[in-house]
Amino acid sequence: MIRKERMKVIEQNEIARNIYELTLSGQLVEEMKGAGQFVHIRVSDSYEPLLRRPISIASINHELEQFTMIYRAEGRGTSLLSIKKPGEEVDVLGPLGNGFPVHEAKKGDTVILVGGGIGVPPLYELSKRLVENGVKPIHVLGFQSHDVVFYEEKFSELGDTHIVTVDGSQGHLGFVTSVLAELQQDFSMYFTCGPLPMLEALQNMYPKKKGFLSFEERMGCGIGACFACVCKTTEQCSVDYVKVCSDGPVFPAGVVHI
Amino acid sequence: MNRLKVELPGLSLKNPIMPASGCFGFGKEYAKLYDLSVLGAIMIKATTVETRLGNPTPRVAETASGMLNAIGLQNPGLEKVIAEELVWLEQYDTPIIANVAGTLMEDYVEVAKQISKSKNVHALEINISCPNVKCGGITFGTDPAVAAELTAAVKAVSEVPVYVKLSPNVTDIGEIARAVEAGGADGITMINTLIGMRLDTRTGKPVIANGTGGLSGPAVKPVALRMVYEVAKHVSIPIIGMGGITTVDDVIDFMSAGASAVAVGTANFVDPFVCPTIIEHLPEKLDWLGINHVSELIGRSHR
Ligand SMILES: Cc1cc2nc3c(=O)[nH]c(=O)nc-3n(C[C@H](O)[C@H](O)[C@H](O)COP(=O)(O)OP(=O)(O)OC[C@H]3O[C@@H](n4cnc5c(N)ncnc54)[C@H](O)[C@@H]3O)c2cc1C
Ligand SMILES: Cc1cc2nc3c(=O)[nH]c(=O)nc-3n(C[C@H](O)[C@H](O)[C@H](O)COP(=O)(O)O)c2cc1C
Ligand code: FES
Repeated sequence: MIRKERMKVIEQNEIARNIYELTLSGQLVEEMKGAGQFVHIRVSDSYEPLLRRPISIASINHELEQFTMIYRAEGRGTSLLSIKKPGEEVDVLGPLGNGFPVHEAKKGDTVILVGGGIGVPPLYELSKRLVENGVKPIHVLGFQSHDVVFYEEKFSELGDTHIVTVDGSQGHLGFVTSVLAELQQDFSMYFTCGPLPMLEALQNMYPKKKGFLSFEERMGCGIGACFACVCKTTEQCSVDYVKVCSDGPVFPAGVVHI
Repeated sequence: MNRLKVELPGLSLKNPIMPASGCFGFGKEYAKLYDLSVLGAIMIKATTVETRLGNPTPRVAETASGMLNAIGLQNPGLEKVIAEELVWLEQYDTPIIANVAGTLMEDYVEVAKQISKSKNVHALEINISCPNVKCGGITFGTDPAVAAELTAAVKAVSEVPVYVKLSPNVTDIGEIARAVEAGGADGITMINTLIGMRLDTRTGKPVIANGTGGLSGPAVKPVALRMVYEVAKHVSIPIIGMGGITTVDDVIDFMSAGASAVAVGTANFVDPFVCPTIIEHLPEKLDWLGINHVSELIGRSHR
């Protein structure tokens, strides 16, 4: 069920340049089903900025009724969010959308998780769940440069982790695809979240593999009512369009027309 | 006595609050959050004869205290709206106002004729003001003679009262209002969005794929309020006011300016519970004003 709640800030840290890790607590966490869902955040009680901001759930702690998000403070909304202090409240609507189908991967499977920039966060909860299920994840995480890399250690604790930077200042030089091209291990499926060109490249690289892609689109309502976040589908899909907020944000490879 | 009850042509409203067209889909999503029977009415998403897939994305952009949208009247088409969406909405004790759109006059007439037969459609809202489609929509809303002709044509086939939704993108809103009244409209709904633009400062290109979009939200309230005030002086048919309504105070303002009921659009995206919240708090505000019944507010500014 979707709830709206004023959740309490437990902790907020800048973990890389302009990248913030924010932990909130509240009953809404009970409703969080899995990796890849998102929340819609109102950062101010005034009309400025007006709309909510969609941010992925990066990890869930049901025991403590807490969840964590990782986001880039960039525009007006996320910058305001980044100055919230422990004890303050944040207006959260969620959980929204359908996440990654964790159970598609079976015990003993090897899978790859490919993330780009602020598309990396939802892969963390996903990886934790896969590991719990006895699946072996390989992480390929792309960033612009070394100063915006985050969670390398946390991902490494869960499985092999390859960091790629566009300028080569940390890990491999280039794009995630260059690392993937050299990857020796075989895998049963891929999960990915990041910029559209990356999603497209992956889909083209592995036309025969099962894959699940998480999409981004500008949103209004975030719950499926306003038709702001609509994507065209490919011919092989039985419906003409999908809504990223309520049908997605995760779709099987080949559904969304990229 | 129900202090919030309002009677309008075709509409017996338990309260004067309803979600605006396009900001509430066909109700399904909000029904997961609260009981839709608490609403005065529901204005459903624009319906056209054929299925429409709408404009390319990005379709929305945030602006100062507001937003631009260019959805492009995406809807499943007349047949599906009647057979699926409206039938589903029958479970709620809430009158539906069907928003009618099209490209040619015949399209409007066809949609009006069919959709007005649905059991729970108690009124039509003729959208002659959508700024986001190439033909139709706003072209009908800016020429008084055409607006009157379209109103009369729809009126001739509709089985329920007809409200005409006015565009603010005109020089003289009073003139259009008088024209649709003369054309036989039972009421007026206003305002639709104001045409606007936002540019990407880096590239200099529009943020919205369609180029322009319709501005809505708190930013447009002063414009909407002025227009409702103006139109109330010119016509004797009732007005359902909208444009930036977010709080109980906004509702009071629109009714004072001459609206008999109001619709809430963009605010649903900011707070999906905004309609029930306003309904809940309206009586307290009436107490504060020393007013017994909400209808006493209507047109207060003019007295
Ligand atoms: C399902 C989903 C999950 C996301 N998860 C994350 C995450 O975990 N971490 C993270 O850093 N970012 C994430 N994003 C992107 C994030 O929503 C935007 O970076 C953020 O909305 C920008 O807001 P702002 O205030 O910084 O920018 P502004 O420029 O002030 O934003 C203006 C408007 O544009 C919208 N907008 C701007 N960029 C985007 C974008 N890329 N996607 C969607 N809307 C946008 C804003 O929501 C706002 O309505 C996600 C987006 C989606 C759709
Ligand atoms: C995303 C969006 C979609 C809309 N779609 C429609 C529509 O289909 N038909 C219509 O008559 N008005 C439509 N509108 C206009 C609203 O019904 C309303 O007239 C306008 O937004 C002003 O009210 P507000 O400021 O409360 O949003 C839409 C507005 C928005 C923001
Ligand atoms: S954001 Fe409104 S339908 Fe997806």
